[in-house]
Amino acid sequence: MFVGTLVYGFINSAILALVALGFNLTFGISGVANFAYGALYIFSGFLTWILLNSLGVPYLVSVVAAIVCSGLLGLLIYYVVILRVKGLALSEVMATFGLGLAIMELFRYFDFVGFRYTLPVFFDGSLVVGPVFIDYQRIIIGVIAVALTVFLWWFTRHTRIGLAFRAIAQDERTALTFGIDSDRIGALSMAFGAALAAVAAIVILPLGTIAVEGGYEVLINALAVCIVGGLGSTVGILVASVIIGFAQTFTANYLEPHWMFLVSLIAIALVLVVKPSGIFGQQKELEERI
Amino acid sequence: MNTENGPLLKVSKLSKSFGGVMAAFDISFEVKKGELLGIIGPNGSGKTTLVNLITGFVKPDSGRVEYRGRDITGWAPYRIVGLGVARTFQMVRPFYQLPAFKNLIVPLSSPRVKKLSGGRYGDRDAVALDLLEEVGFERDARVAYKTAGSLPQGYLKRLELAKGMALRPDLVILDELFSGLSLAEVASIVPIIEKLVLQGKTIIMIEHRLKELFRIADRVMVLNFGEKIAEGAGSEVMESDAVKQAYLGSET
Amino acid sequence: MEKRKERIDRGIKARSEDIFALTSWREMLYLLAPRALPVVGLLVVIPLTSAYWQEVFISTSVYALLAISWDLLISAGLVSLGQALFYGVGSYIAGSLNYYWGLGPLWTLPIATVVGGALSTVMLLPVLRLRGIYFAMVTLVLPLMFLRLVEATRILGGTEGLTGLTPFPSATFALFVVQLAVLGALFGFRRLMSSDYGLVIKGINDSDRAVMSAGINIYWRKTQVLFLGASVGAFAGAFGTHFDMFAGMPGFALDYSIMPVAAAVVGGMGTFAGPLVGAFILVPLSEVLRALGTLRIVFYGLFLVIFVVGVPEGIFHYVQRKYHQFERWVVVE
Repeated sequence: MFVGTLVYGFINSAILALVALGFNLTFGISGVANFAYGALYIFSGFLTWILLNSLGVPYLVSVVAAIVCSGLLGLLIYYVVILRVKGLALSEVMATFGLGLAIMELFRYFDFVGFRYTLPVFFDGSLVVGPVFIDYQRIIIGVIAVALTVFLWWFTRHTRIGLAFRAIAQDERTALTFGIDSDRIGALSMAFGAALAAVAAIVILPLGTIAVEGGYEVLINALAVCIVGGLGSTVGILVASVIIGFAQTFTANYLEPHWMFLVSLIAIALVLVVKPSGIFGQQKELEERI
Repeated sequence: MNTENGPLLKVSKLSKSFGGVMAAFDISFEVKKGELLGIIGPNGSGKTTLVNLITGFVKPDSGRVEYRGRDITGWAPYRIVGLGVARTFQMVRPFYQLPAFKNLIVPLSSPRVKKLSGGRYGDRDAVALDLLEEVGFERDARVAYKTAGSLPQGYLKRLELAKGMALRPDLVILDELFSGLSLAEVASIVPIIEKLVLQGKTIIMIEHRLKELFRIADRVMVLNFGEKIAEGAGSEVMESDAVKQAYLGSET
Repeated sequence: MEKRKERIDRGIKARSEDIFALTSWREMLYLLAPRALPVVGLLVVIPLTSAYWQEVFISTSVYALLAISWDLLISAGLVSLGQALFYGVGSYIAGSLNYYWGLGPLWTLPIATVVGGALSTVMLLPVLRLRGIYFAMVTLVLPLMFLRLVEATRILGGTEGLTGLTPFPSATFALFVVQLAVLGALFGFRRLMSSDYGLVIKGINDSDRAVMSAGINIYWRKTQVLFLGASVGAFAGAFGTHFDMFAGMPGFALDYSIMPVAAAVVGGMGTFAGPLVGAFILVPLSEVLRALGTLRIVFYGLFLVIFVVGVPEGIFHYVQRKYHQFERWVVVE
């Protein structure tokens, strides 16, 4: 049972990390808080489903198309909404919040509800590792989470765009003097974040159904992880995902399953009391803003 | 605790680094009551950081700040202000849409002012107008009623000074008050500062305009790369090799 | 021949800050009319409508309270994406007091308002020191988590909620209570923010370092404003509880979080009258479109986005501008 809990705990952490990475990326780089993140997540899911089931497009193509479309939607949101409100403090928060809710509820209105909305798993079946019985999809989630993290690490250190991302994140003004176009980078960071949401959706949704509720779950979990780990810090996100992920799984196995999400609430409460800006949060209080 | 005879402000081995960059290193100095101390140094030498460290906007990595014998290291800015320390900012940023005199309402709403006025705020508008007149806002031209955003730099700097004075401080720290002003404008502000000294206030002035500063400063301290490299009367400090190196060796 | 628009004050409003030098009935009417409008509208016109519409307007007023308190928070730079937190907390406190201890609205309303406001403030205290985004995130997340908390632990009535609570003596009574609350919040907050206290608050929003360096403890001020806003929100929740005779999970629903933001943006942020106008446009409108069910949130969301991007100043500012100035085309030399 213990080993099982460890393994499933890891997978749970992977899920949380996958979900939070996209949101954190966009915010950490360009300071844009994309509250439409949950909407992008299920948009990708439903789009894949539609392509797959209503249009008969092959799986691989559907998946790629969904990721691309999600990225494009992110770009669109940036240029149509975010750019227009830039400057007014937190207006983009309100705008993406409204947009996100509108999109998610629109899906619910058009009756995208029910058990028939599912995405297929990559491979059927499961593996038996020692005492543990784990399905391939979950293994894939773990693999993809790790791979994505490594990829992001490499990307932000060895590619021009990635380095530009980090430059803007660290010091926007100086980055601008290097000729980096902060608007383009901002747009790209939104697109990236949206694409990550799509990847997360494609990998995670097969575990259940595509439901609007899932979109809200994703938003809540992403926010919770970011609050606990520290907004803007990738390391923080990973650490927070691990802590919350394992804690949740242990709670589910050794206590009661329905106490699971209580873990996030407690984690948030603890963080708020001890270090409100998050475990690895870099809070620039009054000081460094002068 | 030697509050009467000791220095008003005592800074001991103050250090602060920002991500590897040593913004302040082992800075120590004292300021006596009624003195006017000038702090100079090339760009990036850590002058503003020093002010931030003293006034609580930045917490030091090590070292101590004592005001009137009291350890105020790491205190929040509003508490330090409450003790009677006022500072101005290099980049003046008033509340642009408000009339100039309304800009003073905020400092006049400070708990310190309330306490010193005997527990009530009094007529803040009137006090604000008086303060502005003291710093040279012509009363008959009703300059004080103009929107802050419409005022030229000279007036904005004076407004900044008035904001500091509104707090009825004992120690006033002016961060590059003269920057961006013409010779005539500087000449018109100097008497105001001299009057403050006559009133018994202690002043620290960070400046780039050396000539104007040396005329009024009792003592001058020179910073370079976050370290104190010289201290003394203006003229003798400029003779020191280290100081010459610091200024000529870099683009001032 | 080039033309440009020129805006000229109607010149009726006297220049001074606090004292209006009135010299004629016409001027007095000019100034009084806009202020009398909400009073007359709420206390006279609405009670004359049908029972169905009165109920709609009661609901609107509840939302208006949330919108007006949202506006207060944003004046201090606090963007709340979770007015539902205050509503839900107030709702459950009032509901519990009534359900478990049999206290009537006369008791539950004030207690829930103050205690609910205090509790919510305490929960949000740690993030007041941080950037505004944290406040937005935490206010969004907390009510949604409480929702799940209630559902999972089945406390306070669980998914069923607390039912059969004490209603108000009559619908008309409830109407007047909530309308008076709205007017009180509206005029009270306007007065507060136009005073020197409000100046300091707006200063904190504009440049917190300037206010901090003026010796003012900005965190304490923010706490005060938060408490005020949270209390009004808690009152709304407590009122709603007795009006619906029910307290439950829907108290933390997203409706209550998104609608005030939409109303304030549509109506005009920072004016308090704007959110009132926004609420009185959006809620009855969504009622009329009721047949569309869950489209309501879509509706609020879209209005929010469209107005934030396209008409950021909101309706009220536009109307106010038209009222105080007139425009004319002028030929440019």
